[in-house]
Formats: sequence, C-alpha cells, structure tokens
Amino acid sequence: MYKITRAETLADNIFLLDVEAPRAARYCEPGQFVIVKMDEKGERIPLTICNYDREKGTVTIVVQAIGSSTEKMKYLKAGDSFHDFMGPLGQPSEFIKEDLNSLKKKKILFVGGGLGTAPVYPQVKWMHEQGIDVDVIVGAKTKDLLILEEEMRAVAGNLYITTDDGSYENKGMVTDVIKRLVQEEGQTYDLCVAIGPMIMMKFVCLLTKELGIHTIVSMNPVMVDGTGMCGACRLTVGNEVKFACVDGPEFDGHLVNFDEAMKRQQMYRTEEGRALLKFREGDTHHGGCGICGGDE
Amino acid sequence: MDVMKKVPVREQDAKVRAANFDEVCLGYNQEEAMEEAQRCLNCKNAQCIKGCPVSIDIPGFIANVKEGNIEEAYKVIGKSSALPAVCGRVCPQESQCEGKCIRGIKGEPVSIGKLERFVADWAKEHGIKPEKADSFNGKKVAVIGSGPAGLTCAGDLAKLGYEVTIFEALHEPGGVLVYGIPEFRLPKEDVVKAEIENVKSLGVKIETNVVVGRSVTIDQLIEDEGFDAVFIGSGAGLPKFMGIPGENANGVFSANEYLTRSNLMKAFKEDYDTPIIAGKKVAVVGGGNVAMDAARTALRLGAEVHIVYRRSEEELPARVEEVHHAKEEGIIFDLLTNPTEILADENGWVKGMKCVKMELGEPDASGRRRPVVVEGSEFELEVDTVIMSLGTSPNPLISSTTEGLETNKWKCIVADEENGMTSKEGVYAGGDAVTGAATVILAMGAGKAGAKGIHEYLSNK
Repeated sequence: MYKITRAETLADNIFLLDVEAPRAARYCEPGQFVIVKMDEKGERIPLTICNYDREKGTVTIVVQAIGSSTEKMKYLKAGDSFHDFMGPLGQPSEFIKEDLNSLKKKKILFVGGGLGTAPVYPQVKWMHEQGIDVDVIVGAKTKDLLILEEEMRAVAGNLYITTDDGSYENKGMVTDVIKRLVQEEGQTYDLCVAIGPMIMMKFVCLLTKELGIHTIVSMNPVMVDGTGMCGACRLTVGNEVKFACVDGPEFDGHLVNFDEAMKRQQMYRTEEGRALLKFREGDTHHGGCGICGGDE
Repeated sequence: MDVMKKVPVREQDAKVRAANFDEVCLGYNQEEAMEEAQRCLNCKNAQCIKGCPVSIDIPGFIANVKEGNIEEAYKVIGKSSALPAVCGRVCPQESQCEGKCIRGIKGEPVSIGKLERFVADWAKEHGIKPEKADSFNGKKVAVIGSGPAGLTCAGDLAKLGYEVTIFEALHEPGGVLVYGIPEFRLPKEDVVKAEIENVKSLGVKIETNVVVGRSVTIDQLIEDEGFDAVFIGSGAGLPKFMGIPGENANGVFSANEYLTRSNLMKAFKEDYDTPIIAGKKVAVVGGGNVAMDAARTALRLGAEVHIVYRRSEEELPARVEEVHHAKEEGIIFDLLTNPTEILADENGWVKGMKCVKMELGEPDASGRRRPVVVEGSEFELEVDTVIMSLGTSPNPLISSTTEGLETNKWKCIVADEENGMTSKEGVYAGGDAVTGAATVILAMGAGKAGAKGIHEYLSNK
C-alpha cells in the first residue's frame, strides 16, 4: 500500500496527490511517469509525475477525473492509500543527459496545456535548479481550470498565461502566444517542449515545424502494463512503430503521427464512458449503460 | 482395465465450457490416480526422469501414489519442483516425461502430468506445505521476476538458507502464470496463488511494483541494498507485430495485451474496472499456445474466432491437447492463410483483413516446409478484431541498464545453461530472458540451474 500524504483540489475535477513511494521518489526524473491502481479491482492508470521529494520519499501526481477510475480518485484524502504505485516508468527527458554548458546556451520554450502543465512543471523546475531561465506558456480553457500558476511562476523565466475564453490574462490558444513571441517579438528558440491534449500538441508541432523549432512532445496513450509488454501504447514515429511506455513517453513531435494516435486514444472511450455512467448513477443506476446486465 | 490406455480424465463438456472461464480439465480423484499409478512399470533406468527438465523422481512419486501415500509422493516431487500444481497442468508432457515413458512404446504412456497435478492439489487441500530451511545463512539474493524461473530459483535458494527477495514489476506476482495463461487452463486463485504462497512460506519475500531497470538497477541492488547475488528471470514480454499496413488500427491487439486484460486485470469479470473489447468476429494470427489461449479467451467472451496460420495443421507449434480443445470448443482454423493488410473503417476501427493463401514449399532453416504465397489467391476476411500472436522477445529494460551484461543479437541475456552464470560477476539468469519465449518447465529448469550456480558462487566466496 502507498499512503497519500496530501490531497488538494487544483481546479474543477483536477486534483493533486502526494504519495509515499520511496523507490519511485528516489530515482524518478523529469519526463517520466507512474502507473497507479486504486484498489484490487481497479484499472492500471498511467499518470505523469508533477514533482518529487527524494528525502520524504514522496511523488506528486496530478489527476483529472475523466474515467470511472479517476473519478473515484477524486474522493481520496490524506491518509488513504493506493493499492499499487509503480514507477518511475519511461525515459527521462533527453535534456537532462545533455552537456550542461551547451544546454545553458540554448533558448528553450515550454508549453503546457490543461493537465499537461503538471508534467511540464518538473522540467521547468529542473532547468531553474541548473540556473537556466526558460520561457513558459501555460494554456487553459478558462481561468478556473488553470493549475499550478504560482508554482510555475516561481521557477519559470518568463511565464505567459493564456485562456481560450479570455477569462484570464491573454485570450486565445497557446499557438497564438508562440506566434506572437516568435513573429512579433522576434524571439528565437532552439527547443520547444509541448505537453497537453493531443490536439494541442499536434497544432503546436505544425506551427513549430513551420518556424523551424525542434519540438519534443509527451505522449499519453492507452496503456496496460507500462513496461513494454502489451503494445497498446504503440505509435508511429517517423516510419517506425514505437511503444510510448518504454521508448517514450517523449518523442520528436515533428515525427509523431498524431492523427493515428488520436484515433487510437478513442478506442476505449465507449467502455470507459459506460463505466463512468454506471458509477455516477450509483444506486440509482437502472441500466442503459450496456454493461450491467440490461434495463431491469 | 486396459493397461495400454490411460485412465481417462474428466473434463468440462465443450459446449458448457465455451461460455465460462472455469478450468477445462477436472483432474483425477484419488481412486483414479491410484488406478493410473498401477500402470507405471517403475523402470530401473527411468527414461521419464531424463525427459523432465527439473528431474523429478517420477517412478518414486508414482510408487507412493500407488500405495495411497500421497503426502510422501508430494515430498518426493517437492525435492525437485516448487510448482507441481502448475506443471501438472501446463507442461508439454507428451514431448517430455510422457514422451519417454516405456509404457508408451506399445500403448499410451502413464499420465504423469495428471498424477502430478493430483498430488499437488491433494497436498493443497490437506494443508501440506513444503519444508522450510532451519536457519538463514546470512546471505541475500535478489531475484528479478516472479514467473516460473524466478519462483523456482527463489524456492531452491530459500531451502538452502538464503534470504531471498523477489522483485516483480507488475502488481501481482506470478509473471506469465498470471498475465499470460488463462484461468480455464490454470486457475489463478486456487493454483497459482497457492503455489506462490508455498514459495513465500519458505521465507521468500516478494516486492511488487518494482521495475528493475527503472525503479532500481541491478548495480544499485548489489551496491546499495547489499544483495550478494542476483538472478534475472524477467521473461520475454515484448510482443511482435507483423509490420503490415493497418496494424495500428483500433481493434488490433497483441495477444499479450488481450490476455493481460483478461487474465491479470480480470476484464472478463464484471466487478473489475478494466475494459476489454470482446469482438464479434475475431482473427487470431499465429499458431502457438499463446494463440490458442487468446482464441479460446475471445470465444468465451462471446466471439466467433478464427485462427489464421500460414502453415498447415502439422506445423502448428501449439500443444496437440490445446489444438484439440480449441477445435472442440468451436474455434475455426484458417490454415495456410497469411494476412497482408488490415482494413479499417473511417473511424480507424478494424473492418476486415486482407489475406493470401499459402502452400508449403521446400524446408527452411527451422526444418519446417516454407510457406509460399499462392498467386492470385488474395481474399478478404471480414473481422472486427485482430489479435497478433507472433511470439515475444525479451525486454531490453534490464540489459540496457546493467553495465557488463552481455546479450546476443536477439537481445537475450547470454547465460551458461548449466549454472545460469552471465558475463557479470554475481549475476545469473535463466528462463525466457535467456532463451526467448519457451515453456514454463524449461524456465523452471533454468531457475533450478541458476539457484545451483548462485549457491556454488556464494559458497566459495
């Protein structure tokens, strides 16, 4: 069992949990992820690492309630436990292996969209700890869904916030901010790291390709084991099939086949949607979901 | 009684079992077992023992069954095998012990597998546990992976007095016994869990959710955590795909994914959260035991299932018993057929599979006749789900993070067959991680060899 030491709501349906997991906390690096399982009968859910404390032996994860399992997680409090917490998984971000001096000469842009802000945070923090100031764009649908603003401000060089509806700071998409920074303000970047919904990453990549900025994205496809065993997370990158869990999750965004990845992500939407319906309706559920044995 | 024939074993009726996940074979009762034991000739120069990768004293345990001394029989098996209830069910006895049985020259061999299973099940029912070492010898061994190789190695070392910790990547110990082999062939709660409890009762600790190579490395286990030796039994878990167009369409799964969802995550049970796509018409590509397992799982989830295999029935790598069971249950065999493309609808979901007919030509490197495409034989098989069961290869996670550990061109760890020794001092390996995908019992044999090698190494250190 893996004890939860802190549980906080960040926004509607988005929450943060600190979990005691000494092995994962000791060796995890920016870019990696974990797989958690709520209880004996729960699903294995891949989640990105938002922060870690090697001394306390805790890993911070940020979760959005979107399926029946993550919906249940919403009700977890400090003192509760996860049945399973496995990790770290995946490859750490490439830049942590780079020569620090050459890295310091680079101009780097981070883009976090929605929940994707959470995995961007430890990367920006790592840069800050190495004395590198990076530009960060954070996008959210609306002000109430913006997460980790204070935390990000503390470690980012320049922070640009944008909301789709204009309810806070800039109005528009993250791509609008990139365009403005590069085309109007004349900024140049050697590297862009973009993490968020697949559709956002796709459009960021289309733009940065045009602008000639090397771009890394973090893929979060459907996954079962997370160790390379099931192949559910396979993606086409360049002309090769890659497993996000062991070859990634970070890839050269200009080589990822996003359209295929988005189609693959839909695969379990129906089943998950149905399980969610059943869970939400609880005792009042009277069928119609297709999984509970009929419309009794 | 006809001594030339095996005492028949009771099975669930094919029509009934096609719709449930309960065990197919029901096994012998004591009366049947004692009757079958009579058929053993108790050969002085027992060939069956030579056919057993872990060298169980087969005539010895059968002699005890014949007399009704089942507890004694269990002890005899226990000297050589940590997992008799598993082996009695999934070993390919026909090519091992039973394949060498002298009784089998003129008639049917003694049903050694079913007798082993009976003894193990009887011991479990009567609460008999394997014997524990008197005391620890103060030396620590780490075992990576809790599949058949790891469990056997850990059990043998614990009996010798070592303090053994098994590190398992998944949330449940058992490896392929849990994620791969289905419930209807190997019950998880009654058989696998019980055998793992037996290994634990020897003092073996099991730590789950530790992905060696990520959560910790082998060097860290030795340097930081004080392990004196390491055995790698991490299996061959990486699935292969064909590399044909359309393979990333929705509804194409590796057999590993399909079986893991059903077996490990128990998607077939209503009260578990993990979903599985049952499919209405399923094609399983491949002809091995894993293909049969995937096909029979899909059938039980309610699908019409086709095995699509490029050679003929004779070359099917699966055990004859599995093919027979699959046919009885209604699996359709599309032999001498090879997929060339998977067709998807506008939403990216599988709607069919383009195939060609094959014929057998000259023998290839494997000695089997090479399948050749029949010109102009292309046709479409209408399916909504495709399961790729083309074999697996070892996961490079450990070899790529362990300095000085030699691997071959198939990414298999290079290890000595006799004692499991690798190119790195104190590190031993065995099972599918070394050989590539093989059988449970061969992995157990390698686990035994590794335990022997580690014992020799640490005794002389």
